Amino acid sequence: MMIQVFGVPIQALLGQLLIGLINGSFYAILSLGLAIIFGLLNIINFTHGAQYMLGAFAAWMSLTYLGVNYWVGLILAPLIVGAFGILMERLMLRRLYHLDHLYGLLLTFGLALVLEGVFRQLYGVSGLSYTIPDIFQGGVNLGFMFLPYYRAWVIVASLTVCFATWFVIERTKLGAYLRAATENPELLQAFGVNVPLMITLTFGYGVALAGFAGVLAAPIYQVTPVMGSNLIIVVFAVVVIGGMGSILGSIVTGIALGLIEGMTKVFYPEASGVVVFVIMALVLLLRPAGLFGREK
Amino acid sequence: MAKKRLLTAIVTGLALVMAVSAASAAGLSDGVLKVGVMTDMSGAYSDLCGPGSVVAAQMAIDDFGGKVLGKKIELVSVDHQNKPDIAANKAREWFDTEKVDVITDLPTSSAALAVMEVANQKNKITLISTGASTKITNDNCNATNVHWTYDTYALAVGTGKAVVANGGDTWFFITADYAFGHSLENDTAAVVKASGGKVVGDVKAPFPNTDFSSFLMQAQASGAKIIGLANAGADTINSIKQAKEFGITQNQTLAGLLIFITDINSLGLDTAQGMVLTTGFYWDRNDETRAWSKRFRERHKNMPTMGQAGVYSSLMHYFSAVEKAGTDDSAAVMAAMKSMPINDMFAKNGYIRDDGRMVHDMYLVQVKKPAESKGPWDYYKVLRTIPGDEAYMSLDSSTCKLVKK
Repeated sequence: MMIQVFGVPIQALLGQLLIGLINGSFYAILSLGLAIIFGLLNIINFTHGAQYMLGAFAAWMSLTYLGVNYWVGLILAPLIVGAFGILMERLMLRRLYHLDHLYGLLLTFGLALVLEGVFRQLYGVSGLSYTIPDIFQGGVNLGFMFLPYYRAWVIVASLTVCFATWFVIERTKLGAYLRAATENPELLQAFGVNVPLMITLTFGYGVALAGFAGVLAAPIYQVTPVMGSNLIIVVFAVVVIGGMGSILGSIVTGIALGLIEGMTKVFYPEASGVVVFVIMALVLLLRPAGLFGREK
Repeated sequence: MAKKRLLTAIVTGLALVMAVSAASAAGLSDGVLKVGVMTDMSGAYSDLCGPGSVVAAQMAIDDFGGKVLGKKIELVSVDHQNKPDIAANKAREWFDTEKVDVITDLPTSSAALAVMEVANQKNKITLISTGASTKITNDNCNATNVHWTYDTYALAVGTGKAVVANGGDTWFFITADYAFGHSLENDTAAVVKASGGKVVGDVKAPFPNTDFSSFLMQAQASGAKIIGLANAGADTINSIKQAKEFGITQNQTLAGLLIFITDINSLGLDTAQGMVLTTGFYWDRNDETRAWSKRFRERHKNMPTMGQAGVYSSLMHYFSAVEKAGTDDSAAVMAAMKSMPINDMFAKNGYIRDDGRMVHDMYLVQVKKPAESKGPWDYYKVLRTIPGDEAYMSLDSSTCKLVKK
């Protein structure tokens, strides 16, 4: 006799939890990038989804046109996307820091639409296939589910990057500067730290994280111009639930919401598209600063 | 002077009268025949209809000579974003202020249903090509609509019957959670049961959705031999791709219930090979289809889907009907359309029934293995031609109010 939870065999539940963890690690890495950018620059970066898409396309293009393999792509694509981010910060966002959040939001949202439109014009919406690298072909039977090697790699890669980022920001001297810059940039500048450069590089890093997630996603999902806009709204909900700007909050909430969404897909699949937003509404009512955020 | 002014007045008057009589002789109420292509220009379905459907419509206008009853045929198009409210509002605007006479394509069943309702109120014609629900010719049927290319019933009969006959007798459905998905699942489930098969379960996935792994695992756990994909476009592509990734296709078979050739092109034969599906049109069937498709591809980067070919065919038939009726009056044109058989590169001896269904042959095809394919777009083997009367729901079981029983 199989053990059952609310009529669902425990094996099936374990499998679904693992799937939730995979999706959660995507949410985590994307919301982490957003949280860093918001924490330091006070910019609500709506281009994040488009930058994730750019990462996937950069990987696909470098494979198709240049014959560059997955591993090189995994390094190269985030660098390209990060460089694009730096350019964007230098040329445009920099002019908006002294204005209300709304202006940054509008600019980044507009840019996201332009990027999506350009790629849609060039490649259509059905998308392009990026094959799973040979080393990750196939999978392992865990007894309760078949785990493709590539999905296992996605969990490992994104959690490693997330916690490394958290460690640098919360536990190193460089991180201390970054945090100081969010609290009081003028004072830090007075100590001889080049704050504008630090801001530019941090934005580049946040954007590169989106590009990295895009490369991770390319072999699983179709590489399409709209892949980012499908995801970005959920990721924003994750950031709001975790608390805008909270580093650890964004990681933990990302993973937790992946798991909750996974469970919803078993017990009431019709609601799996909205469950994240229901939680967001509840959190906003009960704890407006988010689960890990601080009231300012 | 007075004489000259009088002469001018008479000439002017004559010119006016002649202009008016010319218009009435032509029979077009506003001196121009305006075709509206309402489609998904940028969303999930834009590759399988969208800009390609606009190209197909323009080809129809060009092939007809650009004129009907001596008056120009004009083309307008709009992106309805797959939203019924936007579609209905735009249709109202087109009919009221822009003098559009006929609307075609109409992907997304919910939007198609909304527009055919508006058109019927305004006594204008709709030619639905990419919309799929059987509701269009049943509960919601009306006298000013023709459903041209396919419907969920025809897909279900073609694919469902063939798969059950090959031993695929237990089914699990992954269904897109909206009108079209439900319609496709219900129609297919009915066919599966009628053919002696069994439906062991289903899951309704939100639309649109990117990660199907959770739903695929539920399908795997059900033990069904066949996983029916009651979805379309990007959803179907991601389901197929991820089913392969999770090793599901080793023990279970996928039945794509609505697959367009652009989906296969995007997936690649390596992933899609072996799948069985039903289509209303395939470019590489005979010289006529090849010639037309070649011309289409010269104007558009892809080979035509069945929806795009249907837009062309339906408009050619509509223009002939306007010419035959000698007017753009909807009732007269509809009567002319129903009185003439459809014989073109799309259909042979096709005909339009009282419920608005255009009955024509459908094709059961299998996706080729990469080694079998001789080049780009060489994707299908035609397994069987399904005669129109077998492919479409018989009028005996119709719930359309226009069908006399």
